Formats: sequence, C-alpha cells, structure tokens
Amino acid sequence: MSAFLGFKPALLWTDALLLLLVVAVLLVVRHIRRHEHLAAPWRKVALSRAGMVSATVLMVFATIGLLDSMHYRPELPREPGAPAGAVRYAVEMRSLLDHLLDPLPVQVETSYSAPLATQAFNKTSMESDSGTVRDYPRLKFGGAHLSDSNTQWATDISARVLRGTLWGLATGLAILLFAAFVRGPAQALSRLFRWLVGNGDDAVHCVAWTVLALSVLGGAVATLAQGYHVFGTDKVGQDVLYQILKSIRTALVIGTLTTLVTLPIGVVLGIAAGYFRGWIDDVIQYLYTTLNSIPGVLLIAAAVLMTQVFMDTHPEAFETVTERADFRLLFLCLILGITSWTGLARLLRGETLKLRELEYVQAAQAFGVSSAAIIGRHIVPNVMHIILISLVMDFSGLVLAEAVLSYVGVGVDPSMISFGTMINSARLEMAREPMVWWALAAAFVVMFVLVLAANLFADAVRDALDPRTRVRGVA
Amino acid sequence: MAGMATQGDGERGGGVINYIIRRVLYALPILIGVNLITFALFFVVNTPEDMARMQLGMKRVTPEAIERWKAERGYDKPLVFDASKQGVHTVTETIFFEKSAAMFALDFGQADDGRDIASEIAKRAGPSLAIALPVFVVGLMTMVSVALLMVFFRATYVDAGGVVLCVALMSISALFYIIAGQWLVAKVWRLVPISGFADGGDALRFLLLPVLIGVVSGIGSGARWYRTLFLEEINREYVRTARAKGLSELQVLFRHVLRNGLIPILTASVAAIPLLFMGSLLTESFFGIPGLGSYTIDAINHQDFAVVRSMVFLGSALYIVGLVLTDISYTWADPRVRLE
Repeated sequence: MSAFLGFKPALLWTDALLLLLVVAVLLVVRHIRRHEHLAAPWRKVALSRAGMVSATVLMVFATIGLLDSMHYRPELPREPGAPAGAVRYAVEMRSLLDHLLDPLPVQVETSYSAPLATQAFNKTSMESDSGTVRDYPRLKFGGAHLSDSNTQWATDISARVLRGTLWGLATGLAILLFAAFVRGPAQALSRLFRWLVGNGDDAVHCVAWTVLALSVLGGAVATLAQGYHVFGTDKVGQDVLYQILKSIRTALVIGTLTTLVTLPIGVVLGIAAGYFRGWIDDVIQYLYTTLNSIPGVLLIAAAVLMTQVFMDTHPEAFETVTERADFRLLFLCLILGITSWTGLARLLRGETLKLRELEYVQAAQAFGVSSAAIIGRHIVPNVMHIILISLVMDFSGLVLAEAVLSYVGVGVDPSMISFGTMINSARLEMAREPMVWWALAAAFVVMFVLVLAANLFADAVRDALDPRTRVRGVA
Repeated sequence: MAGMATQGDGERGGGVINYIIRRVLYALPILIGVNLITFALFFVVNTPEDMARMQLGMKRVTPEAIERWKAERGYDKPLVFDASKQGVHTVTETIFFEKSAAMFALDFGQADDGRDIASEIAKRAGPSLAIALPVFVVGLMTMVSVALLMVFFRATYVDAGGVVLCVALMSISALFYIIAGQWLVAKVWRLVPISGFADGGDALRFLLLPVLIGVVSGIGSGARWYRTLFLEEINREYVRTARAKGLSELQVLFRHVLRNGLIPILTASVAAIPLLFMGSLLTESFFGIPGLGSYTIDAINHQDFAVVRSMVFLGSALYIVGLVLTDISYTWADPRVRLE
C-alpha cells in the first residue's frame, strides 16, 4: 500500500504524543458538552470578545503546528536496474506542512537577502562582458520571474498583494459560509450576513472579522511567497518565512507536551498531600520545596547537559538528525515539566486541605466511602477549575522560556528550527552595517502574537472559570 | 506557611531566635536533598568516564587521556564507597564526599581553568548585585506606582488600557527587550556603551542600560499582579470607613490601601532578595558584565560541570535563606502573626 502511496508515514515521539493530546482534548470537550454545569463557564468564554478572537488566532497556530507534525518519508526515485518491487524511502523526514509549502523549503539563496528583495544583500564579484564588476547579484528565486527588476518590481508586488487579498477574502467568506451552513443549512446566508454586520459587542461578530482578516493576510503572504522571500533570507539563504512556520510547531510542542508531564505529577501529589496530610504531606512538601529551591534554569541546564552527554556517548540510538533533535525536544519537555509541577501541586494542596473539611466530604468518610472514591468523586471535580486555569496560564510562559533556554544553549537541538534558535543565530547580525533586521523582527513579532493570544485566552478562561473572579465581577 | 501561628501570647524576641534555629535545621534536609539530586545528575546518570569522553572529543580518545582528565579533577575515585581503604577513609576518599558533601563547607573545588570557584564567586557577586539590586528596588517602586495609578483610575479607559498594555508587555520576550534596548539606546542614540563593565564611579555608565531594561521587562506582569492585590483591598471595610470620614481618594489610596496592599508585595519580594546575588543570566551575558550570571552561562557553554554544580548548590542555599526571611518579614509586617 505504501508503495502505491509513494511515501511511508513516519511517527516521531513528539508527533505521537501531540496526537494523543489532541485525542484527549477532544474527549474532554465531548465530556464537557454533555454536562450542563461544566459547559456553563465555557459558554462565558464564548461570549468574551478578546477570548474568542485569541482562540481563533491560536487555532490557526495549532493547525500549522499539527500539519507540521504529520511526518512521512518520501519515496526515492527508482535506480535504473533495481528490481521492480524494491522501493526505497528517503532517510530524512518531511512533514505535511513541508509538502504544502513546496518549493519554499528548497528555494535557498546563497546568503542574506532583504524581505521581498530581488537582489542579494551583499555585493559579489561577477563576470560580465566588460570584465569583473562588484555588484548586487540577482537572487536565484526571489523575483526571478521579472526580466527587469527595477521597473517591474512595484507593479508586480501590488498586483500580487491585490490578487492575494481577493483570494484571501474569497477563502475567508467560504470558510464563514461553511461555518454558517454547519450551524443550520436553512438561512445560512442570512446568518453569515448577521455575523458580519452584527453589533460590535458580539463575540461572533469579532471572530468573523478575525477570520476574514487572517485569510486576507494569509492570501497576500501566500501569493507573495510564490515569487519572493516575504521575510527575506538568513545567512545560509534559507527562507525566513519557512523557518517561522516551522518554529510554530516547536513552540506548541514545548507549550503543550510539558503539561503532559506537569499534570499527572502535580495533580496526584498535590491532592494526596492535601487529602492524606500527615507524613505523606511532609514528604511531598519536602519534595517540592527541594525541587523549587534549585534555580529553574540551572536545573534545566544541568539536566540538558547530561542528556547531551548521553546522546554523544550513544550515537547509535538515533538514526537521523531529526530523531536526535526530537529526542532532545522531548527530554526538554520532560525537564520543564519536572521543574514546573510544584506550583500546581501547591495550589491543589491548599484547596484540598479546605475541601476535605467540608460536610459532604466528612459525610462520605463517615459512610465508609474509600479515599480513592472520595477523591475521584468530590475532590477532583472541585479542583478542576484550578487545573484548567493553570494549564492555560502556563502555556505562554513555556513558549517564552524556550527562546531564553535556546539562547543559553540548553534549549532545543541547534539543528531544530525554533524561535530561540532563530533569535540566537540572528542576534549577532544586529551589529552588521547596514543591519540585517528581518529574521529577528519576524521571529519576535510572530512569537509576540502567539504569546499575546495565549495570554488573552488564558485571561478569558480564568475569568470564566475562577469562582473568585465570578463573585468579584458581580460585586 | 509552615511553622507559623496566629496566637496572641508568647515571648517575641526569644521566639524569633528559636524559630530561626529551627528553620535552619529544617533547611538542612532540603540542602541535602539538593546535594543528592545534583550528585545523581552529575555523577550517576552519566559517569565521569562519559564526561571525560565528551570533553576530550568523542573519537580516538585514549584510555590514558581519560584517566588523566579524571585524575586532574579528582574524579578517579569510587563514587560513594571505597572498600580498599581503611576506617573512615572508605567514605571520605570518594567522589561524593570530596565533590558533593564538601560544598556544605563552601568548598567548591576548582573550575576547569584551574581557578578556585569559591573565590571566583566572591569576586563576581559584586557586579551581579550592582545590576540586580537597582533593578529590584527601582522595579518594585515602578510597578507599585503603575499599579496604584491603574487602581486610582479603576473602571475607566485608563485602567483598561493599562491592563491591555501590561498583557502586551508580558507577552514580549525578555530577549527582545535586551536586543531592542541595546540597538536603540546604545547603537542608534549612542547614549551609553553597548556592553562592558568598570569598577567604581565609572560603572554607572555601563549599568544604566541593563538596569533600565531589567525594570521595563518586569513591569507588565508585576504591575498587573499588584493591581489585583490593591483592588482586593479597595473594597474592604476599613477603606469604606476612611472614605466615610471624608478622606480624599488620594489619601485613601496612599495612607490605607498602599500600606495594607504592600504587605503581600513586600513579603513576596523578600524571598527574591538573597537570589539577587545570583545575578541575571541573560542581562549579564548580553552586556558582558563579569557577574555570577555570565559565569554560569560560560560554564554551561564550556560544559564546566564543577561550576554548574556549585551554582546549583549556591542558588538553592540562597533560596532557603529567602524562605526564612519571608517568614520573619511576615511578623514584622503583620503584628498578628507570631512565629511559634
């Protein structure tokens, strides 16, 4: 079958775990939808304008990240004289995103070029009819379709932006129409109309316009990217736009997979300490005070240094560079998780200490209900809001931490594209004259949008789920 | 908080000293735990053999070279127990005793470049403090002022705009503040040198920009958090009483809300004071300041395990000092709290 497909699906560890996470989230969503008391606070999130707009932006990031998490190995061209049945696959993996972006990943220039440029950033010596001249050479791919870049550039760019905007507008309207159709096939058009011209306070109205704005932006960038390097190229000539899109997956993996580690440790230990008290509480408190007392960056640095030693002494364990980088990414998530469960555990311990004194818990104990059943039935549902809030709040911090850790040299593998490695390799270029600013600017802006959206969404979730803010909102 | 009570009676002066002694005794197991974790990370998960091989280069490294590397650093001994020695030497002449347990006596050993780590730490703590302390003090004052301003204009567009600005500032990477600050202030405006450090009065020139950046990068999250703390106070009964007395809003804010709102802020800040000695990894490495932060980064980059180990231990010890100080500051700020 794979021979027929022309590729072989490949699963990295982080791909598998991300997939697991998506399934888990879908199950939780299904569970919440079936229980009115659980769904009510989320309906409040759906009414928040900032929350819903940021959720839309996050969805776009998540889609890009998930597309980039579906890896495969393309089939190699058959060697002449090879037997008919023998199919060989490339060693290096590609993702679905790479496939969609083709030929962006392979359109590599020789060195720096500015955004939308048609010429290289540095002069080189070129042979011409009148001998050797030093000039800015034309780029191999950026604006290569123009015969005379000086006169045609401006018209070509505006034509592309216009075309991309129209395409984006059409796509955005199509998406919205589809959404309106799903809500109810009858009156889909009038619903779409209401969404677009409804009053400004309506969250749906804001989401509709966000979708339109994002599709227009996406359309314009996509049409430009077909002929130019929209964000320029870096030192080795790699397209910066491509690197940005690849960085998104790394950021999402770190932000989400870390919670897979944090959640079980934090929930189990936090609730156990609060519920059982006594020596169990002492041991768990000792554990998290000890872990907390080690400066986070240093613990991570020490652990990553040790992973590095392990990977260098066991090179045979990793078949490809991608697998090696993936192992280090996974390990980084593990370490970040181990250093960051203490906050959640402490919150849960405090809340459980309060809950276990309540009448219904005492009544259950008096009836001889087992501890496990009490925790499962009475404690966990009542601390669920704390768990969810701390999950969404942690995400943005983890994305920012990745950049800092990669700068310090204890983040992701240098061969893995991430915001941190991009910033790290671009920061020395600030000293160049004239300055190479585009890679840095693009990385910071996209990271800012991602983190800002995550922060705003987290705020909306907290406002809706935290009973304390609910009370304060009324007062 | 562990070890605190709110009963009224009890001798105060003697209580504090007793409390501190007990707290230090309580801190010991934590430090031992940290010590065991670092020992496990640095010597058990990967043996000195592995580290030597990595430092000397992976391929074509002779067993003699590895032995020499280990002997130079004193890593050629058994991990925790040496059966071939006599009496107390079975445990003292081991890596654990000489490298990990010795840190309790502040004996950190030598770095890979042969210098004594303890004296290096003493020398570098000054420059670290020169940045971290002003950032801490000025930052705290700025954040409290901004938060009070937002509280004063609460439920208006000023407040809402301030919160949005805070969230935006929070969402910017610390790396951006440093890189943009260096570029704008030092390169475009040429107001201060891009990086470097000098002793004495000349230091001010070099410290200005890192301190400014340190303050600005912290405002977002700090001001927003303090704003919620002040807002919790503002609906209390004593504030209502103060307004009923006819005090102006400014007087209410500064005389009542600020004083009571400062309690959680100050007690939370006290925990951070000892850690100021550790300096800031990012700021110091970007600005080339010879403090403990850049020392740590260099050690990580050169894979100098002895230095990283020492810094982990030092950081944990300072953190625990911070915990003790926090508890003491509670009694100072709130007379109702007594230390058992």
